[in-house]
Amino acid sequence: MSRRVGESLELLGPIALVTVFAVIASLTANASDDVRFRATIVYVAIVVALYVFVGNSGVLSFGQMSFVAVGAFASGLMTVPTDVKPGVMPSLFPFIRDHSISNAWSLVLAAALGGVYALLVGPALMRLTGLAAGIATFAVLGITYNILTYWTRIGPGAQTLDLIPVTTGYLQATVGAVAVIVAAYAYQRSRWGRQLRATRDDPAAAQATGIDVHRQRLWAFVLSGALCGFAGGLLAHLPPGSLSTNDVYLDLTFLALAMLVVGGVHSLYGAVLGALGISLVNVLLQNAEASVHVFGWKITLPDGSAVIGIALIMLVALLLRPSGITGGREFALPRRLRPPTAAPEPPAAAQEGV
Amino acid sequence: MSHVQALIDAVGLGAVYALIAVGIGLVFGVLRLINFAYGQLIMIAAYMLVFTQGWGNVAAIVIALGTAVLAVLVMERVAFRPLRTASPATMLVATFAISYLLQNVALLRYTYRNRPVGDSVGVLGQLNRAATIGSLHVRWVTFLAIGVTAVALGGLTLLLNRTEIGLQMRAAAADFRTARMLGVRANRVVMTAVAISGVLAGLAAVILSIQTPQVTNTTGLNETIFVLVGVVVGGMNRLLSATLGGFMIGFVTSFLGYELATQGSRSQTAIPFTSGVYLPSVIFVLVILVLVLRPAGLFTRRGQAAVERV
Repeated sequence: MSRRVGESLELLGPIALVTVFAVIASLTANASDDVRFRATIVYVAIVVALYVFVGNSGVLSFGQMSFVAVGAFASGLMTVPTDVKPGVMPSLFPFIRDHSISNAWSLVLAAALGGVYALLVGPALMRLTGLAAGIATFAVLGITYNILTYWTRIGPGAQTLDLIPVTTGYLQATVGAVAVIVAAYAYQRSRWGRQLRATRDDPAAAQATGIDVHRQRLWAFVLSGALCGFAGGLLAHLPPGSLSTNDVYLDLTFLALAMLVVGGVHSLYGAVLGALGISLVNVLLQNAEASVHVFGWKITLPDGSAVIGIALIMLVALLLRPSGITGGREFALPRRLRPPTAAPEPPAAAQEGV
Repeated sequence: MSHVQALIDAVGLGAVYALIAVGIGLVFGVLRLINFAYGQLIMIAAYMLVFTQGWGNVAAIVIALGTAVLAVLVMERVAFRPLRTASPATMLVATFAISYLLQNVALLRYTYRNRPVGDSVGVLGQLNRAATIGSLHVRWVTFLAIGVTAVALGGLTLLLNRTEIGLQMRAAAADFRTARMLGVRANRVVMTAVAISGVLAGLAAVILSIQTPQVTNTTGLNETIFVLVGVVVGGMNRLLSATLGGFMIGFVTSFLGYELATQGSRSQTAIPFTSGVYLPSVIFVLVILVLVLRPAGLFTRRGQAAVERV
């Protein structure tokens, strides 16, 4: 019984973390923090979506932001009102230019396109492992960025996409992030998720038991792609309602990967904690750029020092905890708060295969 | 411009990329670490060229190379050494963090005083002029790039094959643990490899800042990304294949860029892959094709397994 409690905590812990954060943020934040806190919750969705592939398969992908980009632009573009679209982006294909859909459907579209795109490129990429996989996924990101930046028939091109309705409030962001967390948890507990984790921990042994490594990787890649697309949809609708291709390119790729690695690549809890933790530090430092009071001292940092601080903190976190803050463990109560168990539980590390 | 002209320019870019590829490949060979912050070493060296303007070319270049070596040794001591046993993903993300950190420190130079981003650099600026041979116009820096790369690669080959430290580096690249057991001093080998990569970064910085006499906080970033792609496509498990991969991606980028720009569509709404602006896409499609067909690298012998490090 207590094991079941422990297992459900692995899901409820991260959900509670995000929800509590959202509630506190929505009640206390001022206008400028408000935007950043909403973005933080969307980052949780992005990092968890990234985790679904990278964490479970053990294959590093630099390409997942392609799906975020596709989701973000599709969702953003299709919700810009039709009365302004032809004027701003005259060379769009007519079916994009002359139609608009609601916020909810745009998120569905984002998830669907992300998944389909991942399914298209996945079969070739999943044949690769190691460095080759990393570079090939990066190549997909490069192609996505390049085409989105120049092909004005499917998007704004090098210009910023403006006038996207700002519909990602706290509620939508939180519900969205929780949905992504639930999907990630359901997947990693499923037969396929466990098979994939087995290939991560010991490819040879997993193959010997009849697991099809490529197929399992592909499923995770497609699910991750769909979730990334969905998270991209949430991202597009954040204030101020504008989006450029550089918003969903290298910086976001590095930031999301760093959040995942700092939190701990191999656990859902690590993904959530990394995203929340680094975003919070970021908000704090950005506020310090506009001067902040700490214990009565007024501190003002020069512009641009927030990013430097973030980079330093990431580096220090990695040096102190090379396998992430969580060390790849799932959420669990501190030992003294756990209900007494009849038999000693196997350590989390053994269960999750760190 | 003719096709011959395009070929010469392509060899020039390939040479610079090969130089960067050797620096990255050498460190990877010994440490199994992909130093993403390599571009920022180039940036640091390029900034030293800016800061030492008026001190004479020799002094400026020596200081630039020295600073790059110093910077990479600090990186090694602060980040690479503690993470030597960490997972490759952790090491790679750590070098992301360093890269990001240094780029933004450099950016402070402009944001702090609200200046426009970029410094001009004038070291050996006269080499940016073109020599005219018949109908060909070749910039002197292209010859310099090819010459410097040839000399640097030749010197490195001698070092690796004719000296004791070179032998130790090759042993460490083949099997680090066994090499240590046989008495190779790990830190000494690693620091030598890392220092050489710093020198190569400095040389690349000199050539790049002659070609483009403007230094910004992103100097070296794109080159490093492309070279990283190139070395993996070439084959990371041998220095030669990695170097050839770096050369190849520079060569192909430059040559295809010329062909696409002259033959491609000029329409604003051209479909992808038909106009010069889609050059990166064309390159990346080729990269994916090569990797799927030859995952261990284009220039590796058949039968060699891919390095499953990341």
